[in-house]
Amino acid sequence: MKHLGAIGKHTFLIIASFVSLFPFAWMITGMTNSSSDIVKGKFSFGSEFMNNVNKLFDQADVATAFTNSFVIAIVSTLLTLILCSMAGYGFEVYRTKGTDRLFGLLMLSMMMPFAAIMIPLFKLFSTWGLLNSATAVILPGMTTAFMIFFFLQNTKSFPRELLQAGRVDGLNELKLFTHIYVPTMKPTYAAAAIITFMANWNNFLWPLIALQSPEKKTLPLVVSSLASSYNPDYGIIMVAIIITTIPTIVIFFLLQKQFVQGMLGSVK
Amino acid sequence: MRGKFNKSSLIGWQFVLLPSALILLFSFYPMIQSFILSFESGKGNVSHFVGLGNYTRLFSDPMFRQALFNTLLYLVIQVPIMLILGLVIAHLLNSPKLKFKGFYRTAIFLPCVTALVSYSILFKSMFAVDGIFNQMLLNLHIISEPVAWLLDPVWARVVIILAITWRWTGYNMIFYLSAMQNVDPSVYEAASIDGASKFRQFVSITIPMLKPIILFTAIISTNGTLQLFDEVVNITNGGPGNSTMTISQYIYNLSFVYTPNFGYAATVSYAIVVIVAVLAVLQLKVGGEKK
Repeated sequence: MKHLGAIGKHTFLIIASFVSLFPFAWMITGMTNSSSDIVKGKFSFGSEFMNNVNKLFDQADVATAFTNSFVIAIVSTLLTLILCSMAGYGFEVYRTKGTDRLFGLLMLSMMMPFAAIMIPLFKLFSTWGLLNSATAVILPGMTTAFMIFFFLQNTKSFPRELLQAGRVDGLNELKLFTHIYVPTMKPTYAAAAIITFMANWNNFLWPLIALQSPEKKTLPLVVSSLASSYNPDYGIIMVAIIITTIPTIVIFFLLQKQFVQGMLGSVK
Repeated sequence: MRGKFNKSSLIGWQFVLLPSALILLFSFYPMIQSFILSFESGKGNVSHFVGLGNYTRLFSDPMFRQALFNTLLYLVIQVPIMLILGLVIAHLLNSPKLKFKGFYRTAIFLPCVTALVSYSILFKSMFAVDGIFNQMLLNLHIISEPVAWLLDPVWARVVIILAITWRWTGYNMIFYLSAMQNVDPSVYEAASIDGASKFRQFVSITIPMLKPIILFTAIISTNGTLQLFDEVVNITNGGPGNSTMTISQYIYNLSFVYTPNFGYAATVSYAIVVIVAVLAVLQLKVGGEKK
């Protein structure tokens, strides 16, 4: 009876793992097949890989899209880390009734659906003449209530004695932050960086609205427009999807622990 | 002493001022603008005040009703399936003597690293009429002829639900697993001695212990599903015949695909705001009461 339970468990988990991994296997074999073979469901390695790569680079400026995505994701992540950690630190360490109220107000923005703010945002950036630029993609997303909350939660476990010791050593309040808080909180920064990078790398709706000309587009926009053509070429789309997915998979496997901590960190 | 307190609070404000101002500018200001806009109508940037005109239009708009129905359908069917599946998997992975635990956990979590656009298109290609999914079902003799998944209003919705479940189950599972690892094993030992079955333990110990985290995942999943956009646009583009279109996609279409009517789009967007707010209050009430 006990054995049966174990077999049942493993069967269930094997099926779940198979379902989870299958689309990855599908995209890896897919990039070596022609579009017609993919649509016919061919699930084995073919010989079209180089052909697909060449066609992809002919049809879409993937290198530029990769650079755009990368610049946007890196700059956004850096700005988010600076701004949100400052706020999280300020709200927790220098807590007063007033800052608590402001914090509560900011948290409301987590409940605001993006669809409800995208039109005024579009109008705002159009007035500023900033549409169709990386700046337009970076600015609205760089400070999020979620990340401020994340830093605030993690600051709760930051040893305050270190600040007192720093004051005795004559550091000013800004230096306490940059020289004591930041180095001590490295794991929190790492986790926040991964989550933010992923979110920006994969972002779709706002870049779709804010970026129009082909040379400004990010990878998800390129992948989406390749797939929405009248007769999509799935061979080249698979290659494009793999290029989009590789950075996030690499980050996940290299920094799995921080990755999961980043996810969980906000609900401690 | 009092002077010192003021100085310290001033420093605090310096840390929080810029980030707060940015959130006010890029979230609160557009929220208010959107509200004002919802009382206007017109093409593109030329619009005039129409009072509650957009709101009356909303209630008689068949497209809005369709989009609302679809969005709520995804919510009511997909979120419970995903959360229960996540709980069951986390529960199985939490057994101390289970072999290959690390492999299962990583495999089931891996979908979370894919971009929403990418996995949507993968699903679109797998569910093609001659595609791999139909072939598998044909080989297993589950179906006798290929199903046109994405061309049928009902099956297209099923594919979208399957896709979202694939992407997010592992994500929720990780939250549950970490919460389960914080439950003291002696509670289960005591229950075993009292003769409680494994299933009974799961229902009577694990679920109540995890209530706050289940509530948290329910709220974020609800919020995510109500804003569903990337998947629907990339798997079916709302079709066939708007049968899979969500509210977010309808708002996008009203603003950037059809003749732009920002005013009416803003009105539709406030429908989501109201639903998000109502459901959040409801979930907090239900979750809070039983604690």
